Amino acid sequence: MTLDTRSTAEVVNAVLAKYQNDSSMLVGILQDIQAELNYLPREALEMTAEVLSIPLSRVYSVATFFKAFSLKPRGRHGIHVCMGTACHVRGAEKVLDRFQTELCACAGETTPDMKFTLETVNCVGACALGPVVVVDGEYEGQVTAEKVKSIIEGCK
Amino acid sequence: MVVEKSGKRLNSASELELLREEIKRSASARTRTVTICCGTGCLAYGGAKVAQAFRDEIINRGLASEVEIKTTGCHGFCERGPLVVIRPENILYQRVKPADVPQVIDETVNGGKVIDRLLYTIPGTKQKVTYEHDVPFYKKQMRLVFGANGYIDPTVIEDYIGCGGYAALSKTLFEMTPDEVVDEVKKSGLRGRGGGGFATGAKWQSTREAHGDPKYVICNCDEGDPGAFMDRSLMEGNPHAIIEGMVIAAYAIGAHLGYIYIRNEYPVAVKHAEKAIAQAEAMGLLGENILGSGFSFSVKINRGGGAFVCGESTALMASVEGRVGEPRAKYIHTSEKGLWDQPTVLNNVETLANVPLIINRGAQWYSSIGTANSKGTKIFSLVGKVNNTGLIEVPMGITLEEIVYGIGGGIPKNKKFKAIQTGGPSGGCLPASKLDMPVDFDELTRAGSMMGSGAMIVMDEDNCMVDIARYFLSFLEGESCGKCVPCREGLKRMRQILDRIISGQGQPDDIELLENLSETLTWGALCGLGGGAANPIMSTLRYFREEYEAHIIEKRCPAGVCKPLISYNIINEKCPNCTLCIKACPAGAITGQGKKLPVILDQVKCTKCGACYDVCRLGAVEVR
Repeated sequence: MTLDTRSTAEVVNAVLAKYQNDSSMLVGILQDIQAELNYLPREALEMTAEVLSIPLSRVYSVATFFKAFSLKPRGRHGIHVCMGTACHVRGAEKVLDRFQTELCACAGETTPDMKFTLETVNCVGACALGPVVVVDGEYEGQVTAEKVKSIIEGCK
Repeated sequence: MVVEKSGKRLNSASELELLREEIKRSASARTRTVTICCGTGCLAYGGAKVAQAFRDEIINRGLASEVEIKTTGCHGFCERGPLVVIRPENILYQRVKPADVPQVIDETVNGGKVIDRLLYTIPGTKQKVTYEHDVPFYKKQMRLVFGANGYIDPTVIEDYIGCGGYAALSKTLFEMTPDEVVDEVKKSGLRGRGGGGFATGAKWQSTREAHGDPKYVICNCDEGDPGAFMDRSLMEGNPHAIIEGMVIAAYAIGAHLGYIYIRNEYPVAVKHAEKAIAQAEAMGLLGENILGSGFSFSVKINRGGGAFVCGESTALMASVEGRVGEPRAKYIHTSEKGLWDQPTVLNNVETLANVPLIINRGAQWYSSIGTANSKGTKIFSLVGKVNNTGLIEVPMGITLEEIVYGIGGGIPKNKKFKAIQTGGPSGGCLPASKLDMPVDFDELTRAGSMMGSGAMIVMDEDNCMVDIARYFLSFLEGESCGKCVPCREGLKRMRQILDRIISGQGQPDDIELLENLSETLTWGALCGLGGGAANPIMSTLRYFREEYEAHIIEKRCPAGVCKPLISYNIINEKCPNCTLCIKACPAGAITGQGKKLPVILDQVKCTKCGACYDVCRLGAVEVR
């Protein structure tokens, strides 16, 4: 999943151009870069800081403050288990436990084969369906621990 | 698509009215409309496939000129999705599958016949309900802000205009002075729907009077509150109402640039807002010289990065400026020094969606709804252990009982109601004795909870209140920005104490310690996150103290939730040896004892995951 520097540079330049090098749009810029590269590699952060003429520390502080950003490469399939209150009272903890057991990865980790990244999210705003799991952007409602295995197997 | 159709921008109020008439005429040419809910809930159940099936079927049968297929935003009744409503009769079909579509077209759309099996059945009875407005879930609601969601396609501006959209904007620009607008909002008694409940009119006035130019309007669609999704549904289902509210606010305070701050976790909301802005700009309802009035205002979208603290106004503004979302002390209000130190109005999505209603129908009408100090309606997300989950809009002053039992249809599986959590992580848990309480800003605060953004999470006897308190603490601990000591250290310490209680190591003075820390946090924290963080603890201690005591003194979890204090057992008398639990157990802790003898559970191997308890339908697995 390592991307060579050139393609990282291309992505970063394209995104920065889209935002006309406006440093006030830093959060959006990093989101777009991450959407392309799957995570925020160090060189992307360095380039962003340089082009926007702001300290690397500021870019780094934003990239580490917000939950949406990852400085580590992520797996091909993103599994987000919603831990919002509505999901919690309907047993999200059990669902997460089962995902951790099945994938042998804790929340926030990527499986060694780079296939899955398991993450928790504090609410995806689909509370009526709780417990909710978002798999590659698709919502699965009323998930039970029993369904976990078939969800994982459904990822191709 | 609108631009292609109408082909021009609107340059006066009368041009807008002419277009509206034209839209209404062309809509009445079609005899029937099929609306398919494509809110997040219904989409998860396959709403998009149902919509596609309808489109294909209509084209195949050559009915496209008579029947309109419309995909709308969230209708609210997420529990029974995908929802299909056939208008003008308002026949409601629920749990519709693509395979049902040909029959619906044949019998209902063409033949006017109702298909019984797709109707909603009132739980506990065999009573079927044909029309949307007769379903108990909708019947007791007052859907002023949210109602339009079921009628309009959020990606088509003409739908909104056809429903009377942008009339309030044109009235504002051509018939009212900014002061009159502020006055009208003040008189309506509208209070901020994002949580604090600050008077919207007063906020607008102080921004209007503040020195400094430019001024800004920000719409807060960050909705980090776990359990709330009304902002999402409004932004996804009716973005133009929010944009209209923003332009009116901008006119009132004298701003020319605004931001919509949307969570990045809400991609559909981002997409619909982007589209709505482009459409409104193309039609001259946003941007330069709006409707030829000479007033200009544009809107940009800013995506949040998933930080709960960014719901706090100063943190949100820092984030819009491209900095870390840390709040600052508000010695000077953001209405005077907000975004880039300029006067800024920050309103929640729902607040702004209320504004066009107030302008259209007048402050007097608006203030006739609700209670003495809380006017209008409020959208709540009614979720958790309740039969009819979804979004509801009710007049302020309705009792909790009416919400949980009247609209929500009570607790599933005949379990007992235990508590309702309102107001998100800064709110509190209210017990059964508070069910007759009227819901408004002040009553909730008096009861030790708060309105917040309107999350209502119902809990039954299987939920442990100590566990819930710990849940909120660990959530807030993770979301605290860490800038001030009471929040950073206090939350961590409190979570550790609760961890100790849950693991059976609770000490007699733990409750007192929690109370002391709660007080410190309430008075000492820098921003609203820390200031409200102790509410879940204080409210559970106030109403469910005996549960804490059971954990600390008896080392017992009465609800059977806290793992270290419980054990799963198989009741031999009830067990038919069906072996379902053996298959479900991931730890191999359950073994059979031959054909006729019941199974046994090995307590050493058991990881207390509860899989056996969940699969056993005969109640042969008990939790102690």
